[in-house]
Amino acid sequence: MWQKLVRLYHRLGSPKWFYEITSGWIFWLTLVSVIGCVAGLVMGLLFAPADYQQGDSFRIIYIHVPAAIVAQSAFMMMAVSGAVYLVWKMKMAAWVARAVAPLGASFCLIALFTGAIWGKPTWGTWWVWDARLTSMLLLLFLYFGVMALQRAIESEEASHKAGAILSLVGVVNIPIIKYSVEWWNTLHQPATLKLTEKPSMAPEMLWPLLIMIVTTYVFFALMVILRTRNEILWHERKRGWVQELPEMLGGKR
Amino acid sequence: MNPKRKKRLQLIIFLVIGFGAAVGLLMYSLSQNINLFHTPSQIAAGEVPQGRTIRAGGLVVEGSVKRDNSGLGVTFEVTDGAANATIFYEGILPDLFREGQGIVAMGQLDANGVLQASEVLAKHDENYMPPEVKEALEQAHKDGKQSMQEAANGGYGTDSETNKAGAY
Repeated sequence: MWQKLVRLYHRLGSPKWFYEITSGWIFWLTLVSVIGCVAGLVMGLLFAPADYQQGDSFRIIYIHVPAAIVAQSAFMMMAVSGAVYLVWKMKMAAWVARAVAPLGASFCLIALFTGAIWGKPTWGTWWVWDARLTSMLLLLFLYFGVMALQRAIESEEASHKAGAILSLVGVVNIPIIKYSVEWWNTLHQPATLKLTEKPSMAPEMLWPLLIMIVTTYVFFALMVILRTRNEILWHERKRGWVQELPEMLGGKR
Repeated sequence: MNPKRKKRLQLIIFLVIGFGAAVGLLMYSLSQNINLFHTPSQIAAGEVPQGRTIRAGGLVVEGSVKRDNSGLGVTFEVTDGAANATIFYEGILPDLFREGQGIVAMGQLDANGVLQASEVLAKHDENYMPPEVKEALEQAHKDGKQSMQEAANGGYGTDSETNKAGAY
């Protein structure tokens, strides 16, 4: 088992292997994203009952929560890739981190934006400087910082290194976001979905939310794969295996 | 793992743990400033300065909301279970404002210890359920029929959890 994992790990370091194996995944990931998105949104927006307190405005949860969860997962993924790059100097890890950063930032922005839209009718304000909202805004700025470091430095190795270090430092913010609503008193309510307890949500409202969360992860995976493939093609463009790819030959003729 | 990589890995773990500990200490020492609002207990204990803009939060006490006969002024009390604070606000209250609801008000304490609020925000709890279920829950609560409550409940948003919004 361990041997297999080690072998998989070494394979993941090979851009050619990654490019070839993911070719077949794109179609299925796209299919699942589209079906899940349509099913989740139709169930959530049309069939789930209105909330006893918030009426229909709670429905933005079907975008807000999945985006916020994926934004945080993406940062952790970036930090792990950064650690792998720093320790093993695996170029693929750096490329994955480069692929993830703008995606995570986008999801973070979506979460902040939908949160503001949700806050106005329920709380009575677009924004308040409570611990949850502020730490989430910090996450967005950390994403911008990592993106800048990954792109602004001339030497590729130095820019990968700098981005990896900032993402490792910034990962400290993730538990702060998670527990901000418990450690301090905030305007934002505590978590509805808990790992250890039953979710405090009616099942007919919960199912669409779970579907949307899974779908958002699948969509995120699809985007990471597509962007990583682009990174691979760009960095390996002089290599024989890339120049022999049918999609590359097509352009030349 | 070769020694060079091992050293780098150790360095990274040390960096993350060290930085995490530093931030943790910082957050701990700043916890009073990170809290969004003061609780009625803190106001009652005199921990809140007069005349400075602060936020106070708590559950609106049932039966405490008094509206002015002229104008939009409204006076109400909030509680955290241990103490109450009186708040005066002139303006349009958020839709979710009602007795028993968690709110956060921003304003200054006057000489009488009344918070003259310039902004009132409503909190909502983390429970989501259709209105019928909420009604069934409340009915069951009134009737005191434990068995019916569990049936209507379906395992989410028990009554004690619904009231947890008060656990500031």
